Amino acid sequence: MSEAARPLVTTRRDDNGIATRIEGSAIGDSVYRWMTTGFALGIPILLLFIALEVGAAAWPALKAFGFGFLTSSEWDPPHNIFGAAPAIYGTIISSIIALMIATPLALGVAIFLSEFAPSWLRQPVAFLVDLLAAIPSVVYGLWGIFVLQPLLRDHVMPFLSGLPLIGQTALFEGPAYGPSMLSAGLILAIMVLPFISAVSREVLMAVPRSQREAALALGATKWEMIADAVVPYARSGIVGGIILGLGRALGETMAVTMLIGNVHKISASLFAPGYTMASLIANEFAEATGDLHLSALMAVGAVLFVVTLIVNGLARWLVWRVSRETQS
Amino acid sequence: MTRSKVFALMATGLVSVACAGGESKRTPDSAAASPSPASATTGGADLTGAGATFPQPIYSKWFSDYAAKTGVKINYQSIGSGGGIRQIQEGTVDFGASDAPMTDDEMAKAKGGPIFHFPTVLGADVITYNVPGVTQSLQLTGDVVADIFLGKIKKWNDPRIAGLNQGVKLPATDILVVHRSDGSGTTYVFTDYLTAVSPAWASGPGKAKDVKWPVGLGGKGNEGVAGQIKQTPGTIGYVELAYANQNKLPVAKLKNAAGQYVSPTIASITAAAAGALEKLGPSTDYRVSIVNAPGADAYPISSFTWLLVYQRQQDSVKAKKLVDFLRWALTEGEGSVSALDYAPLPETVSKQLLEKLASIQAGTGS
Repeated sequence: MSEAARPLVTTRRDDNGIATRIEGSAIGDSVYRWMTTGFALGIPILLLFIALEVGAAAWPALKAFGFGFLTSSEWDPPHNIFGAAPAIYGTIISSIIALMIATPLALGVAIFLSEFAPSWLRQPVAFLVDLLAAIPSVVYGLWGIFVLQPLLRDHVMPFLSGLPLIGQTALFEGPAYGPSMLSAGLILAIMVLPFISAVSREVLMAVPRSQREAALALGATKWEMIADAVVPYARSGIVGGIILGLGRALGETMAVTMLIGNVHKISASLFAPGYTMASLIANEFAEATGDLHLSALMAVGAVLFVVTLIVNGLARWLVWRVSRETQS
Repeated sequence: MTRSKVFALMATGLVSVACAGGESKRTPDSAAASPSPASATTGGADLTGAGATFPQPIYSKWFSDYAAKTGVKINYQSIGSGGGIRQIQEGTVDFGASDAPMTDDEMAKAKGGPIFHFPTVLGADVITYNVPGVTQSLQLTGDVVADIFLGKIKKWNDPRIAGLNQGVKLPATDILVVHRSDGSGTTYVFTDYLTAVSPAWASGPGKAKDVKWPVGLGGKGNEGVAGQIKQTPGTIGYVELAYANQNKLPVAKLKNAAGQYVSPTIASITAAAAGALEKLGPSTDYRVSIVNAPGADAYPISSFTWLLVYQRQQDSVKAKKLVDFLRWALTEGEGSVSALDYAPLPETVSKQLLEKLASIQAGTGS
């Protein structure tokens, strides 16, 4: 192979000016290639090291409690008993609540901005919605304690439990104090909304004009055009935006810690306090001195890592399936 | 031509930097250029310490006053008591700081030998509450507080609370307990107190920086607990005295070991330390709890906070600086303590400690 390449270089070397340039860029090419390869490999290697490090630190706790670490609700540091089930449950439930509230809202914002909004309104509204992402999470937490929770406690929660039929279910049971799964889910919804709406907006705007015109030419109303031609075309991108929001909801720490009540209990009621994995680590890591306690917190980190990987994998699969459907 | 060569040079430079992590031993030049380990750990300061957040305001005042007076710079990172203990065990700082004494286990893991617990100031936890219609200070006893936090007393007008507060109109509403969700020295002192006064608490949750709470909600930090209590009628919780004073929270009077109802004040906290140490004598290592201390004026949920110092110091220059600072803190430093809502050490204790400073020795190692 190299012999085949050599004459190519030498023949061109006849022309002096070009020859040096080719030689120089050949070295540059290979250096550049190795450099980018290094960067590209660096990230997976880093990820691997993080996984190994967290896994190794988590091992003593996982060995001591086995599968029970995932299913037990007992978290008792002075007696060295650790079970993370409430935190795992809380992480997943609060994220689901957040997505259930944020997704329709964010999609509505995105569709309005891309299809209906007059151009003088589009930029300011998009900017303000995006600005939600710039607010520090501790500010969300404070706002939650001083505004959202009193509002929930005095108005929203009594209203929900007073609803016919669903108000009597286990979902809305128990005293309404404020700190609860519901308030954590709501604050997360507000925090992930700008991510979903920004991605969805961009994707919807990128739908070709011809797609819209074709639908209209076939006699579709504006609603039919959006529902049947524009949104399905942008579906995989929208799912990607939702996944981005989900990733943020799973890992959010500060605002959730301030609002969820931090109690190691699994309750069906959305009014009851709970815990999340990220909050648990943030709450206890600084003051944990026992070896098993530290290891248990690392194990919670490892579980969060795995849950995030699974969710991301599911999401990739979903995007892949959706985009394949759209093509066919 | 020159441009491409410069680019190639840059690129190889970048690659070697990228590889340096894996082959750092092969690049002696870069190792020599980097600062020596000793200066890296001190970061320009003469002494470094890390640990408890509770005494951080007074420590930073001390360190800045001391630097202004002597020019000795002390860098303190308030990363939490647990972190302070880990760092002094590893010897990555010159001193640690903690709100809870190290256990024998933790002492055994310290790489530099025996650690001296050096009390600096005193603090206290106060019981604060939000009971609609109650404006006067409630009176509580240890076992009533323990039973509230165990979930055995559920209503504010429970006869056991009402019996201690004749003439106070208590509502028939539920009690909602608010505790710290993060591990903290504040929780350690509070559960230490409940363990001392209630056998049911001692055999149940026990004492630690974070326990398995039978009832209630968790708030992060003093501000999280206080915020929850301010916002929610019917709540009760505990915060540091300084935090309660600065935020003008209502605080309960507690019945102490001598049977007196005492408010948390600087004088009543210092009295607790004096009462507790009178019994111990001068041979103590100061790893002592002073909750529920004897003495008519003693406030029962009081505690020391400690600096953790190796008895055998590796570096004689640093050892001298450390001892000089501690001597200054015990004499001049204690004067500025009460302005920041901490209680100063009783005089007998600071005298004992001044004598004990002599036991910190510089090793011959370096």
